Parts: sequence; structure tokens; C-alpha cells
Amino acid sequence: MDKFKKFTGSVVPLDRANVDTDAIIPKQFLKSIKRSGFGPNLFDEWRYLDQGQPDMDNSSRPLNEEFVLNDPRYQGGQILLTRDNFGCGSSREHAPWALADYGFKVIIAPSYADIFFNNCFKNGILPIVLNNEYVDNYFALSGGESALELTVDLEAQTLTMADGEKITFDVDPFRKHCLIEGLDDIGLTLQHSEKIRAFEAQRRAKAPWVFGD
Amino acid sequence: MSAKTLYDKLWEDHLVHTDEGGTSLIYIDRHLVHEVTSPQAFEGLRLTGRRPWRPESAIATPDHNVPTLGRAKGIADPVARVQVAALDSNCEQFGIMEFGMSDIRQGIVHVIGPEQGFILPGMTVVCGDSHTSTHGAMGALAFGIGTSEVEHVLATQCLIQKKSKTMRVSVEGKLGPGVTAKDIVLAIIGEIGTAGGTGYVIEFAGEAIRALSMEGRMTVCNMTIEAGARAGLIAVDDTTIEYLRGRPHAPSGDNWETAVKAWRDLHSEPDARFDREVRLDAAAIAPQVTWGTSPEMVVPVNDRVPDPDSEQDATRADGMRRALDYMGLEANTPISEIPVDHVFIGSCTNGRIEDLRAAAAVAKGRRVADHVVQALVVPGSGLVKQQAEQEGLDKIFTEAGFEWREPGCSMCLAMNADQLNPGDRCASTSNRNFEGRQGKGGRTHLVGPAMAAAAAVAGHFIDVRELQ
Repeated sequence: MDKFKKFTGSVVPLDRANVDTDAIIPKQFLKSIKRSGFGPNLFDEWRYLDQGQPDMDNSSRPLNEEFVLNDPRYQGGQILLTRDNFGCGSSREHAPWALADYGFKVIIAPSYADIFFNNCFKNGILPIVLNNEYVDNYFALSGGESALELTVDLEAQTLTMADGEKITFDVDPFRKHCLIEGLDDIGLTLQHSEKIRAFEAQRRAKAPWVFGD
Repeated sequence: MSAKTLYDKLWEDHLVHTDEGGTSLIYIDRHLVHEVTSPQAFEGLRLTGRRPWRPESAIATPDHNVPTLGRAKGIADPVARVQVAALDSNCEQFGIMEFGMSDIRQGIVHVIGPEQGFILPGMTVVCGDSHTSTHGAMGALAFGIGTSEVEHVLATQCLIQKKSKTMRVSVEGKLGPGVTAKDIVLAIIGEIGTAGGTGYVIEFAGEAIRALSMEGRMTVCNMTIEAGARAGLIAVDDTTIEYLRGRPHAPSGDNWETAVKAWRDLHSEPDARFDREVRLDAAAIAPQVTWGTSPEMVVPVNDRVPDPDSEQDATRADGMRRALDYMGLEANTPISEIPVDHVFIGSCTNGRIEDLRAAAAVAKGRRVADHVVQALVVPGSGLVKQQAEQEGLDKIFTEAGFEWREPGCSMCLAMNADQLNPGDRCASTSNRNFEGRQGKGGRTHLVGPAMAAAAAVAGHFIDVRELQ
């Protein structure tokens, strides 16, 4: 995984609550056996007017001009601003794969669904939880002629606007460390192999039926 | 030491390591694998040269992509065919037991796990599928994970977790006639909301929960994720133990006796404290029907479609308007006046034998309404299908005008050919009514199996209690 570095990017405001992972990446694209290439189908049913299929040339499909990803102001955005319970529903990791493939590095919302929140960190995406007051303010500031620009500094846990106005956010220290260092969870866990084996032996003695004994 | 909840006991029994920040490694006993969320995980193992830590802890089956018609001819969709073939070859390469598409034991992962006795009380269970919460009905700690975590569990037999908060939902009293487990869980979601359980593990308790069969309990736990909670739990009792006795992968002989003794302790202690308590009166629950695009948008069948103008919260009102627009419904319409043109009976929520019996009891001697274009019955597994056929349920359905299909996820998420077209309106026993879930532009109303069959024969939603 790439290391998460400080960056300045523009905000894409998606003003909906309870955006589910079926909306983020519809089921027909889940047939892929790869991790990449989902970006053009991110929010497919909202983004295009026709019905998307895995083998289509997306560049020639009719766009829904009213959808925020198609608004000229928000092209190239790296920060997705949204509402409560983002990423609810299916556990599909194709949702953060699609967001990352499109170019999103950060999501800002008042709350997330648990599985999605967890999946983001495994894919180098930082989901930031901010209270409604800040989220409302960012939505208001995103409604102008150009997109809101924010500098995201994970090390310092700050979001800074172009005029220097800064707010801080919380993040779990372990997850922060993994994002900044671009660490592979599996490698970290395997450092505890001896402990896992010892645990397994003890569990086997106590509950042999778990092991088919 | 304070009195423990069931969740506390399961957590402590699987704790391998905890660091200073409270991030823990928990040991995983069982891993269910299907074709959609596993190929990238197996590819990850290949790229890093890793092997599964304990391949016999996993069981695999293709379910999401499989056709429910003409299966002998294979899968017509080339992309889906490649994905199912990848599962076959990955299981072969990594030594994982698989029930392939032509195996009678094939079915929806969450139906076959309990059916085989592969999921047992006190276990930790994961699967790259959010409805893994189903297995909490067994008194097991079970939750859905992403594909990176599928790879992590394959490689390490552990998962990195933080301990969740606990919520107890007590459903007290007795359900009225014609009211089912599906109605209980929809009523709970209506009460606490689709994010109400976020960050919690929910234990379902109370007289009405204890009175449910194991299959009913699975329906309740299955939809825990629709309330935002990754895992649901129900304490082990005689019902649990009798369900498991004699299943192919359940322990036998002395091991059975030892196991049962251990399982008897799998309940919350009487004085255990939960971070949140919710109570519902079972007698007040009527058959439920969702009207919108989130499972929390649910009302009793004898009620009306709600009016966004009477909603105080602006974001919520906005969501309601969007949902009404998508669903093609007017506020204040009586639910019983909403016509349906499609019916789907099946899924990991309601694709078990008792569900099919309940639907068949309504269908028997009746006919699917003329304007209903399609009424599908999709058993949750090959063994459920076989059992239903032995009981003659297939005949009841087909004589009534329903289609009797091969097992799989089918129109619950519509990855295979079973899909709605734009504007189609479906009474569905599945778990999600999201926009586009059953096909782009499709309109889903979630109901229990008897209510779905009743809607099929009436051609609109109807209180099943009026039919019985």
C-alpha cells in the first residue's frame, strides 16, 4: 500500500445520507476478479443515464449532468464530502477500490458504516469523521463557483482551508500509523505467529470439535 | 469482575493479543468463502507466496453468480463464469472444501453453513459478506469482512479488531398469529434506524426471540447488519442444541456431550450491563412492509406510506422525498393499495425450509394474480430444495403459478440473470431495498415469506392475516 502523504485537493460534495455500497459500485461490476479498474463505474447508476455493464466503453456513455461527479467544478476531486452512514449495506471492498481508483484519498462524513470504514483503511483511504456543524459548513462552502480546497495532513490530524482556517480530526493511532507507513496488515499479524500457534493449541485442548478432532 | 455479556465471553475466548491502544487480534474458527469477494484475496496469497493458515477452517460455495435456471448448461454470462471457475481453481490450489455448482450441498453460504453443522455455538465466524451476521443465531460471533480481511484471515487465522459496544434488543411477550421473525427484525430496524446499531454488537433477547425456531433466529440475526451492527447474537438454549444434533459437521459421541456442556454457558449473565437497551412489545408488531429505499423505511401493512412534510429533520425529509420519487409512490397511500408485478421468495434472509413452507401455505389452492409478471421461488440450498420437493412444496408453488428454481442468491442482489427492469415493483423476502439492488430502476418492498406469497396471489400488498 502507498504511504499516505499530506496533500491539497478539492472537495466533491455528495449531499445524501445513507449512501450504500450498492450505489457506490453496482453488483454487475463485482464479477471482476481484479482489484483495479472500478473507478469509471463509481456511482454508476447515478452518474450515467444508461445501464452500465462490465465490458462497456464508459467514455461514450450518456452522463447524468445533474450528478455531482459530472459537475465541471468538481472534476479531479480527491476529497469526498458526504452525510451520515456512508457506505452502509454490502461488505464489498469493491466500494473503496472504486473510490480509490477514481482518485479519492479522503472521505469526510459525520458517520460511516462499520465494514466500509474498516475497508477504507485497507486501501489507503482516510475516512474522516467530523460533526455535523463542520460538515454543514463544508457543504455551504462547496456551493460556490469553484470547489472548496482542503489540505489534509494526517500526521498533524488537520484539515486546512486556503485561507488558513484549520480544524483537527480524530483517528485511531494504529490505523494512522498503518496509513502513514503504508503497512501490510498481514505482515504485522504474522509477527505474532508464535502467539497465534500457542492460542490455537490452547483452544484445541478446550474445544477440540472446532478442529474436527 | 463485572457480569459478562455473551459478547464479552465470545471475545475473551478468542483474544490472541491486545496492544496498548486496544487494537486486538482475535482468532477465527470458521471462514465461509464465495466467488465474489474471494478472488482478489487468493490472488494476494499467490503474489506473496503465502498459504492458508488452516484451510480446513473454511468452506466455499458459489452462490451470488449462479444461474437458477438450466444449470446443467453452465453459466451463460462469460464474466460470471470466469469468477465461478476462479473459485473452483482457488479452492483446489489452496486445499479448501468446496460445494461446487452441481453439488446438492451447494447453496447460499449463510444457508449451507448452519445446515451442515459447520457453524457451531461459541465460534468466531467470518465471510466476505455482510450477512454473515446470520450465524449469531447459533450463539457464535459472526460478522462480514472485506476482501483484504478475507486474505488476512486466510493467511493468519486472525482478524484485527477493536471491541464493539453492546446493545440488547429485548422483544417481550408473544407474537400475534401470522407475524414472523422477518416482521420482528424489520420492526427493530424501523425503531432504531439503519445506523442505530453502528459500533455495536446486538444481542436479541426476550420471550418472542426465545420462542423462535433456529431458522427464525437466523432471519433476525441476518438483518442485524441492516440496523448497522456487524454482528447479532442469540443465547444458546435447547432450541439451538436440538437444531445441531446429528448435522454432518457437528461433533458426535463424547465430543458432543463436552461441547453441549460448554455451549450451555453461552448466554449473558443476569446482571450483565449493556451499553444500550431497547425493548419492543411483540404483541404490537404487525406484518411489516418497506415503502422506501432503506430497510428503516418500513411500516405495518395496515398503515400508509409516510409523508415527508410531517418529518421535522430536513435531511431525513429530503431522503424520504428522494425515496418516494424512486419508488414511484405518493405519500399517504395505504400500503394495501400498492400493486406488485414481481415477487421474489428466497435469499439468506428467507430461503430456508420453514420460509418455503410458510409461503406455500399461502399459495396452496390459490393462483398468482394475472398482472404479476413473475413470481420466483429460489430455495437457499440444494438440500432445502430437495426437502421442499419431498414435501411437495414445489408442486404447490408451480400449480399456483410460481416458478421453482435452483438455489442461489438470485434476485436478492441480481448478479445473475434474475433481475428487475426499470419500474418493476417487487414484493421480496430479501434484505435490502436500496436503489437498483434488484436491477437498475427496480422497486423493492421487503416482506416476510407469507406476506410475499399473499402479495403474489392478491396482486397487491395484503395483510396475510386476512387470508388465513
